[in-house]
Amino acid sequence: MTPPGLLDCMKTVIARDVRIALRRRADVMTSLIFFVIVVSLFPLGIGADPVLLRTLGPGVVWVAALLACMLALGRLFANDHADGTLEQLILSPQPLSLLVLAKTIAHWLTTGLPLVVIAPLLGLQFNLDADALLVLIASLLLGTPTLSLIGAIGAALTLGLRGGGALLALLILPLYIPVLIFGAGAVEATAAALGATAHLSILGALLLCTLVFAPWATALALKIATE
Amino acid sequence: MSSIRWYKYSSPQTFYPLAGRLAPWFGVTAALVALYGLYISFFLAPTDFQQGEAYRIIFIHVPAAWLSMFLYLIMAAWAAIGLAWHTRLSSMMALAIAPTGAVMTFIALWTGALWGKPMWGAWWVWDARLTSELILLFLYLGFMFLHAAIDDPRRADRAAAVIAIVGAINVPIIYFSVKWWNTLHQGASVSLTKSPTMASTMLWGMLIMSVAFWLYSIAAVLTRVRSVILERERNADWVRQLGENA
Repeated sequence: MTPPGLLDCMKTVIARDVRIALRRRADVMTSLIFFVIVVSLFPLGIGADPVLLRTLGPGVVWVAALLACMLALGRLFANDHADGTLEQLILSPQPLSLLVLAKTIAHWLTTGLPLVVIAPLLGLQFNLDADALLVLIASLLLGTPTLSLIGAIGAALTLGLRGGGALLALLILPLYIPVLIFGAGAVEATAAALGATAHLSILGALLLCTLVFAPWATALALKIATE
Repeated sequence: MSSIRWYKYSSPQTFYPLAGRLAPWFGVTAALVALYGLYISFFLAPTDFQQGEAYRIIFIHVPAAWLSMFLYLIMAAWAAIGLAWHTRLSSMMALAIAPTGAVMTFIALWTGALWGKPMWGAWWVWDARLTSELILLFLYLGFMFLHAAIDDPRRADRAAAVIAIVGAINVPIIYFSVKWWNTLHQGASVSLTKSPTMASTMLWGMLIMSVAFWLYSIAAVLTRVRSVILERERNADWVRQLGENA
């Protein structure tokens, strides 16, 4: 029997993780509801003035997306670490960084993508117009995978540590800042009729850079955490 | 020169007494240079025609800001060396540098706020350099807290090294993204490519203070690394003998 190829392995990992996530729907829903609630809190805190809301909308949605992504990171490796799957992945002949990439893709499909889908609804609550909503979707589509990739490094580093959640926030949130700036900036630039191409290009560049670098760092961190 | 065995001092056992001999020298020199630098800063440097006397805080602010960034890079470099070659002393150096770097970052932020109030009329503005300096403080804290959260020191060294390297790569990205986002801070007054836009006494005061800050940092790091070595190597024979002889 020939051993399965690299792509097959990655597909298997993605399919497995997505299937597990779909069987634990409550977990997926929790971070999504968290996203909606955080965004809904802002008008209550700052007042319902439509002009103010339109100005704050992009930033609020993006910050909430950032927090929701971060909240979901704990699930990325914790269960596999607990039941020994992670060690099997590390022992497998395939490069760990690509298997990690597959896990991150699955994680994004089950946490990042739902955020992208529901974000326009929240944007409507903040009086964003159609153009701004489109750019919001585009910026989230480009930005949230970067968040998952960077977050995976933090999730691997804090694997099995006490106080892991708060520590993860301290480690990861500073690294999320560029994505936040250009993501929210893209929507604001559209709202100001300046065009969002530059912001979106930079978001794309950030995604490509992290795509190359982050899985490697995550794999290294996982090896350190499990050795 | 080849007769000097550089690697000899890469062992904690041989570095410990060396650091003990060097640290007081660096400390005393730092104090002397700082006295001279403060004399220049307060008595020789002219009053700024625009900013009055309040500008004199730059003699503390600028060296602290420089050091905060340099120390992060040096810390990340030591951490990376420790990660790549499993040299224990390198990781200990990184661990010893982090608190000094965090303190420098804090001083830069604090003095910046004191300077900002009379100049900009606000303690804090969301300007590129202020914001990146604040993020730098978070990066230092992340390094230290991650290290503290892991009980096994070798695993802690290696995990903290990863976050230090990721942080070092991110510092320029964060800096430029914040810069494009908003800039109010005055342009850099000192650059290598064009002559400085300030009086030469001011420049000298600042450079001498920077030297003092460097020397202080080296003294502080050497002193701290000695504690780290003692703590890590407490079960080694040479540390026990140290205790018996004392």
